[in-house]
Amino acid sequence: MNTDNSTVTNDPKLDSPCDPEDALIEIKDFNFFYGTAQALYDLNFDIPKQKVTAFIGPSGCGKSTLLRSINRMNDLIDGANHQGDIVINGLSVFDPLTEVISLRKRIGMVFQKSNPFPKSIYENVIYGLRVSGRNKKGELDQVVMESLKGAALWDEVKDRLHESALGLSGGQMQRLCIARAIANKPEVILMDEPCSALDPIATGKIEELIHELKNQFTIVIVTHNMQQAARVSDNTAFFYLGKLIEYATTENIFFNPKQAQTEAYITGRFG
Amino acid sequence: MASGNNSGATDRPKGETLVWLCSAGLALGVLMVVMLLGLIFWEGITVFWPKKVVEITLVEESRSTLGSTRNISGVVVKKQENIRSGKEEWQLLTGNKDAYGAMFKYIDAADVASIANPTDIVVAERMEYGNSIFYATSLEFADGTVLPVSAPDFWVRFESAIEEVRQRYRKINHLEKKDIGHINRKVNELTIQERALERRQAEGASIDNDELADIRQRLADLQAEYQVLARQARELRDRQEADILQYRLSSGQERSQPLGDFVGFHQPNQMGLWQKISFFLHHIWSFLSERPREANTEGGIFPAIFGTFVMTVLMSAAVMPFGVVAAIYLREYAKQGPFVRSVRIAVNNLAGVPSIVYGVFGLGFFVYIVGGTVDQLFFSERLPTATFGTGGILWASLTLALMTVPVVVVATEEALAAVPRGAREASLACGASKWQTIQRIVLPASAPGILTGLILAMARGAGEVAPLMIVGVVKLAPSLPIDGVLPFFHLERKFMHLGFHIYDLGFQSPDSEAARPMVFATTFLLILLVIVLNLGAVLIRNHLRKKYATGAF
Repeated sequence: MNTDNSTVTNDPKLDSPCDPEDALIEIKDFNFFYGTAQALYDLNFDIPKQKVTAFIGPSGCGKSTLLRSINRMNDLIDGANHQGDIVINGLSVFDPLTEVISLRKRIGMVFQKSNPFPKSIYENVIYGLRVSGRNKKGELDQVVMESLKGAALWDEVKDRLHESALGLSGGQMQRLCIARAIANKPEVILMDEPCSALDPIATGKIEELIHELKNQFTIVIVTHNMQQAARVSDNTAFFYLGKLIEYATTENIFFNPKQAQTEAYITGRFG
Repeated sequence: MASGNNSGATDRPKGETLVWLCSAGLALGVLMVVMLLGLIFWEGITVFWPKKVVEITLVEESRSTLGSTRNISGVVVKKQENIRSGKEEWQLLTGNKDAYGAMFKYIDAADVASIANPTDIVVAERMEYGNSIFYATSLEFADGTVLPVSAPDFWVRFESAIEEVRQRYRKINHLEKKDIGHINRKVNELTIQERALERRQAEGASIDNDELADIRQRLADLQAEYQVLARQARELRDRQEADILQYRLSSGQERSQPLGDFVGFHQPNQMGLWQKISFFLHHIWSFLSERPREANTEGGIFPAIFGTFVMTVLMSAAVMPFGVVAAIYLREYAKQGPFVRSVRIAVNNLAGVPSIVYGVFGLGFFVYIVGGTVDQLFFSERLPTATFGTGGILWASLTLALMTVPVVVVATEEALAAVPRGAREASLACGASKWQTIQRIVLPASAPGILTGLILAMARGAGEVAPLMIVGVVKLAPSLPIDGVLPFFHLERKFMHLGFHIYDLGFQSPDSEAARPMVFATTFLLILLVIVLNLGAVLIRNHLRKKYATGAF
């Protein structure tokens, strides 16, 4: 609650768990506004490559807003604007020269509610390729297989690739959405509470999958479930009221939090 | 609505009466629709059922006789109370308009002495003057032989003679419509060329004299060809007049009429059930497939069905892309604000503009401005005869399309707004552009809603009459808008329309009482056509709904 404490005595950037050389996403003095209401305040931290970074915090703390700023999904919202910058691999996502379409191809996204298209499983996976005009059958087949294997779904659906994706179970649909995200071979995968609508078994499968995926991709995951953050992430950032309160390795956040607010939150005293 | 398990009679929740009111409103609406449809269905379908003919003998002092005898035969159409005398009177369809001067006769029920159902009475459909109800006397063939009704093979010979007449009639039609029509079209084209050449000659330009001579030669050849065909047709027509039927009416008059005047006959009082069913089906078929006769009160209404169908399809083809594209811009691209809001309100209000206003606009804009320009640019040699610069099926369709655009825009906008945000975000996150998202995700998902708009638009368009009357509908169109003559689609042609046909039969007909059954049959058919078109769209919509079930979003 005492924000002075967090900003003055303990700049989270100082003991960042991210080695500046490993940084893939750099968030620089980032402020975000919905109309006149400020949602994010002066965020300043780096996200390392090929690690899982979890954003935690109570509802409305701005973690989803930050996630959606990384691939500029917030462009869709009327009156949204920002200050500061987000840099991926040295390129600003807000640079006028950055093509938002190619940016989104480099950053896959998985949503809270699984949202496969009302098309076949096959067409769902290659949607990203189709819209970029890649239609060669051999290439598409290859991508479908790789992506579905990558999303640990291949064995379950290999015999019904051309059936509607809407016939899959909730967990399978979410893995299909992951397969769709990795079919574009992105650098980063953003996950916005990917397991909040799933049962524990499906959640377990997705968490295993996240472990597999971090060997190839950089993953940023927003979650409400602190156990999940503890299980899947390497680093954790705790947000409160639009401010970054603490950013450290997951181990430190959960077992050795420096901020009183962080401790209060992870022990369940508020939030 | 449920008041809960532990509630007593005293704490019944308020508002139950409103539920009853709602259901009563629905019931009333359904009742009215069912009654209207039932009436139209029943009246429309019984037109074709052969009705019993009665021969009524009047009491001696009756003044309702039609001739020298006291007998009247006909179909009892209605029994009602006379407004002035308050006594019961019967309306009798007597037919024989040429002999009696009217199709119907009212007689006082009190005047009826006896009623008989003579089995040998004949009801004959004729080319003119409606049906005739008579007793056959004899057939006089062209070779002089006379076959009295008592001859054993009279009815067989009569039937085969009528069949011959029908075939000859078809042949004449073919000759006059197809072959002579073909020559006429060629003559028209050549005359236009000739006129163009002559005009240039008159202006002093040098022209190819051989060409002019060639055209004149071909015109002369066509004229000769026409003479041959015309003679053939005339011979066939004469042949139609050669055989003569002698018959006697109930009123005692003896009459004779060439067989060529008859279309068919039946003896309703001796028909079995199967004969009646086959008569019924045969007449429904000819109603659907034939062209109208006698100021539209007899014959079929095929040109009107076809015209309505083609117009509705053309209208849908015009309104769909236009309305959908407009709605996409309004909902997806335009920046939502006071301006877009006022555009939306304006579009919604267009749905309330009286349809006749659209008709006037269509006449001024499509027919005179657009059509006139097209004529000047492409058909100048035919002027002053207008080609596109006069009402036609294309302009009528476009006028109706304009009228139904608001319906499609509103429905499409709603359908687009109903596509879940998740679907758009998923597509955009995959790197699709906004247009790709609309094209691949949003439009398919909203297709059922868009089709609902089209269904509403079709129902409104197909039933509309007022604007059509000034942009291309006619009482009797000589040819269909689509036929076998190059270039097959003649969208400049005037056309017939079921809605206008109903108006014309019911209110513009010389004998609207006689046309009454046709009005019902036509109305029934128009409703049926709208239902069929709608069912088609509903089936497509259900298919799409299943395909793009949005449950997962």
